Amino acid sequence: MADRPTTAAAYRALLGAQLRAQTQYRFSFALDTAASALITLLDVVSVLVLFRVTPALAGFSFTDSLLIAGLANAAFQLCDMCVGNIDTMREYIRTGRFDAVLLRPLRVLPQLVFGDFSPRRIGRAAQALVVLVVALSLADVTWTPARTVLVVIAPLSGAVIFGAVFVAGSTTAFWFVESGEFANAFTYGGRDFTIYPVGIYPGWFRAVFAYSLGFAFVAYFPGLALLGRPDPLGTPGFLPWCSPLVAVLAATAAALVWRVGVRHYRSTGS
Amino acid sequence: MPLIETTGLRKEFTVRRKAGRFRRRRHAVAAVDGIDLAVERGEMLGYIGPNGAGKSTTLKMLTGVLSPSGGEARVCGLRPVAQRTRLARRIGVVFGQRSQLWWDLPLRESFRLLRYVYRVPSAEHAARLAECRRLLDLDEFLDTPVRQLSLGQRMRGEITAALLHGPEVLFLDEPTIGLDVVSKQAVRSFLADLGAAGDTTLVLTTHDLADIEKLCRRLVVIDHGRVVHDGSLAELHARYDSRRRVVVDLDAPWDGTPVPAGATVETVAADGFRVTFGLAGGTAGDLVAALAGTGSLRDVSVLEPDIEEVVARLYAEPA
Repeated sequence: MADRPTTAAAYRALLGAQLRAQTQYRFSFALDTAASALITLLDVVSVLVLFRVTPALAGFSFTDSLLIAGLANAAFQLCDMCVGNIDTMREYIRTGRFDAVLLRPLRVLPQLVFGDFSPRRIGRAAQALVVLVVALSLADVTWTPARTVLVVIAPLSGAVIFGAVFVAGSTTAFWFVESGEFANAFTYGGRDFTIYPVGIYPGWFRAVFAYSLGFAFVAYFPGLALLGRPDPLGTPGFLPWCSPLVAVLAATAAALVWRVGVRHYRSTGS
Repeated sequence: MPLIETTGLRKEFTVRRKAGRFRRRRHAVAAVDGIDLAVERGEMLGYIGPNGAGKSTTLKMLTGVLSPSGGEARVCGLRPVAQRTRLARRIGVVFGQRSQLWWDLPLRESFRLLRYVYRVPSAEHAARLAECRRLLDLDEFLDTPVRQLSLGQRMRGEITAALLHGPEVLFLDEPTIGLDVVSKQAVRSFLADLGAAGDTTLVLTTHDLADIEKLCRRLVVIDHGRVVHDGSLAELHARYDSRRRVVVDLDAPWDGTPVPAGATVETVAADGFRVTFGLAGGTAGDLVAALAGTGSLRDVSVLEPDIEEVVARLYAEPA
């Protein structure tokens, strides 16, 4: 039937409704946007501050470090723009509003993504991309076709890796409603981790965050590939190109955890 | 094949209880403990029981919100959790506390959005909306943001929202709770007409006896997660000999005036000025008319049989 709306139209309608509802609170919207612009800048400033006291970080110069920070920030902000609002799920679960989400003939995750989208995050993602472009122009990158492809794919893979952590982390709310800080340790903790070359972290910590959770594939490894330098930590030379693969694995794992979590949803009393 | 069918449906929740200062012992508590149910197309089913009996939990399993811990459920031939999104298109759900509406947007906007969410062709959507607007008197608050609606207005909006995609089954959890008398009447008679039309199967939970009388041809009473009665309201009252009561205050002590058939004197206050009659048959009107003839009648009140009390007695009865 020509007149039957498509599923895409359903998500577009959810997004439109959310944007219209947001504009009802103009002042708080303006304040949020200004505050988030400041926070993005602070992340980059923290790298500048570090280089006031040291000429190199784990063997990386200022411009190299800035490139890694720029990649990390771009990946995080892209992810945050799309699924950062998954935090609201905790509130949905606590109050039982998650019932209403399950009662609609749409998939849960896209409903949350489109239905709670916050437009101020577009501004942050755009800023992060500008910072990345600046970092790329300062860094010593010899451009090849492979690196050109990588510079586009790297922030996307990084965003998917962060997204997987966000989704898996929010899933803990199905078991423990007050699990916010635990999940934040991995999401926002992961963001702070990826800003710097992994060599600055002590061994066990690096093993967990960089390799087990895959955070090294967000910015550090793609950064090495772009700069064309071997890993000072001596990892194999193909790893810097593996970020998209890691992103697919992370997304698959997160999807599995998510499915189990939704089955564990307990709702609340009537 | 029945439209709704469950066999041995169970839901257990794990509860941690204190066992000493720091230790917590885990207990499995069955909220729904083996329910067998078959509901045919077009039925109007009242699902009743005391608080905590497992009514909402059952509805949540039938609508795909909760996964059962055991047993089987089929609604419209679908498995509610595994085929959740397909089922959602074919059922309507009104859970009073879980709004389907957009809080910050006018009611009209919510209805427009639901057309996209449920993918309803515009002509069908417009026709159903027009009918609900007429029958539920929505026009005066259609442009009001949902958060500013009164509870009665919002409930009328929720019912409309649940019907715009033409569901085969409408599940309602306490649809009249907290409403004022006028809204209760409006909701009740709308649902009665909807059920009478025969296209929509109604399943509702309620504590309100008037809802049950007006809306439920069949009652399933549950307690502690099990079905304790399945039949009509008349059968329920007959089985437990529950009756309406008429309490009268008199100007003179009760003198034993003959009362119409079906009415019996249950209690007489010590001073004789207040008498309680039980009505097994006949009407309160006949009884009051007979008493009014004596000239000493001052005040009358009619007490409906208490469904909670009936349910409590049901459960106390050895199986």
